[in-house]
Amino acid sequence: MGPQHPSTHGVLRLVLELEGEVVLKCTPVMGYLHTGIEKEMETRTYHQNVTLVDRIEYLSNYNEEMAFYQSVERLFGLEPPPRARYIRILMSEMNRIASHLVYLGSAAMDLNVSSVFLYCLQDREKFLDLSEMVSGQRMMPGYFRVGGVAEDLPDGFMAAARAWLDEVARNVDEYDGLLTDNLIWRQRLDNVALLSREDAIALGGTGPVLRGSGVPHDVRKILPYGGYEEFEFDVAVETGCDAFARYRVRMEEMRQARRIALQALDRMPDGPVIVNDRKVALPPRAELARSMEAVIHQFKLVSEGMHPPAGETYVATESPRGEKGYFVVSDGSNKPVRVHVRAPSFYNLQTLPAMVEGRPLADIVVAIASIDIVLGDVDR
Amino acid sequence: MGLIASERDLERNILTTTVDRLVAWARGNSVWPAQFGLACCAIEMMCAADPRFDISRFGSELFRASPRQSDLMIVAGRVSQKMAPVLRHIYDQMLDPKWVISMGDCASTGGLYNNYAVVQGVDKIVPVDVYVAGCPPRPEALLHGLQLLQRKIQQRGAATRAT
Amino acid sequence: MGETSILDRLSHSVPWDRVTAAEDRGRAVVQVPADLLLDVLSAARDTLALDTCVDVTAWDRLPKQPRFEVVYLLGKAGAAERLTVKVLAVGDPPRLPSATVVYPGAGFPEREVYDMYGVVFDGHPDLRRILMPDDWEGHPLRRDFSLSEEAVEFKGHIPKVPSQIIPYFPPGSPAGSGGKTPR
Repeated sequence: MGPQHPSTHGVLRLVLELEGEVVLKCTPVMGYLHTGIEKEMETRTYHQNVTLVDRIEYLSNYNEEMAFYQSVERLFGLEPPPRARYIRILMSEMNRIASHLVYLGSAAMDLNVSSVFLYCLQDREKFLDLSEMVSGQRMMPGYFRVGGVAEDLPDGFMAAARAWLDEVARNVDEYDGLLTDNLIWRQRLDNVALLSREDAIALGGTGPVLRGSGVPHDVRKILPYGGYEEFEFDVAVETGCDAFARYRVRMEEMRQARRIALQALDRMPDGPVIVNDRKVALPPRAELARSMEAVIHQFKLVSEGMHPPAGETYVATESPRGEKGYFVVSDGSNKPVRVHVRAPSFYNLQTLPAMVEGRPLADIVVAIASIDIVLGDVDR
Repeated sequence: MGLIASERDLERNILTTTVDRLVAWARGNSVWPAQFGLACCAIEMMCAADPRFDISRFGSELFRASPRQSDLMIVAGRVSQKMAPVLRHIYDQMLDPKWVISMGDCASTGGLYNNYAVVQGVDKIVPVDVYVAGCPPRPEALLHGLQLLQRKIQQRGAATRAT
Repeated sequence: MGETSILDRLSHSVPWDRVTAAEDRGRAVVQVPADLLLDVLSAARDTLALDTCVDVTAWDRLPKQPRFEVVYLLGKAGAAERLTVKVLAVGDPPRLPSATVVYPGAGFPEREVYDMYGVVFDGHPDLRRILMPDDWEGHPLRRDFSLSEEAVEFKGHIPKVPSQIIPYFPPGSPAGSGGKTPR
């Protein structure tokens, strides 16, 4: 099942041994999207690396940036100001909703419900409008910085975000009604792509794959980061262990993400959006006209970059696909020595053979869709 | 077009030209792309197919899964060294006339990634008709590229594959 | 969050004098010699109940020798306990016992470390290249493997390749030093 295939959600190759229609052995072959991002990141400064980081898991850009900057800020020992933390969490949670909408749309399209695909992409378009309002780019925003975010939220953003969140809530309920009790959907997803709890834990499954098998593991609750301890939300867990359970987990996660986003909008504090340390954050433009020191700091930060203390760190975060963390090693210079991305889709792909062996061929499509795989993450 | 030996020759040439232009017009307005989304640009390609940007109003009603049934290959995303032979294989499987749009910076020039793993421009592997720049290009940019391609098809005529 | 108690609990099951334990920015880290690796991993799984292998990665410490340090991050599903196990891989090619006997989830990441660094894991069920093409020569993430950048072609001018545009500034480089050009 070759790299160019409509249902593999990217360039994934599966070498299948079949007997009739039943899969005897499934070996994933990856690397068709390997870009050498980890090596590229060693040749750029921490500020420049945000552009590369965006493009790894290209459906959840804000979550990626959050993960990278959690590690870098841990190296520096910095904590962004409250407003920056809330903005980051707001964008990350809205991005979680958008990413799950893509999951829903692609999973539906794989099962030939193409109208849900168009509905979900239309909802996501409005999130891309919000992303454009905030950062100037629909995808690949490059919005977060070390110590905060690049710029404050524009006027009218919070009202637009609230409007989108309300619309998404109504639409998600509509898709729920359309799909959850639908006979065809249930027959395709019930008891398909089964992954027992022991297998999920042993093979390193994360995110909805793990939570759909009954393990209440959500990094935002267990190892809170970036301000998540101040928010109230529930962890979506299902014990079904099948593709339907993962579908339900993601639907519930969309609702919880909306809950978090609304709390962030309601309680958004005022204040600066980036830390005040001039060795790490660019000075505001107005200051450049008045202060020579600001000009020097600006020059040094842009042409040389920042120097974190030597050491290594790993901070786990929760991306829509599972646990994502950046293992960053620094030697005190302006470029990282090593950046390793703990990619959730890479680990979830290990669980795929366990899900499909002994099952008919048609279940592979459902299994891949239920893992919600992003090949950029797997191959980096 | 050679010497006009007789009036019948003249009539035949005018007829051929008109049919030529008609076929080229039809071909241009019904380009069906093959699904070849590789990375992030594939998501913007999907967005070009969504109700807001709607690529099907330009004739690309369906993205065919099989290259043998499509005329256009939109290379959307970075082409890694491992994927390059597969790309050429898929291109060879397409039937003439076929066109290639290189979507995004990575497909056009290697983009952000100037390293061992990414092919620096898909035109090292297949001949490209239209390059769409951007990282990722907005769906409107892709639609503009598609319109440029349609104009190219319609102007060159149906006789041979463009370039 | 109780991570130092992990080190205390681990110290009872493992020859502690050969192990360097530390707490680094909130993480419990143990540095172990290669022959104790499987013992430490089994102790982590059995006595500490760390049932999942969160990540296996490596980095190249050139010019320090031994070059390759492999890092295992172990965790517990549903709980906050994490343990980082670091081991230096020696030899040519650098060899380590495979962790798949203890944690089946280390299968793919060990293949990636083999592919990117050339560290051979003895006992791995399927050790072959995972991200690069099967016939690729060299191990890309090693520090001496060149990034193979292509400079843009101009007439009469060879521009800098992207990684040299902002050069490498080692720690404590004086202001205005301009950095070092080759990394």
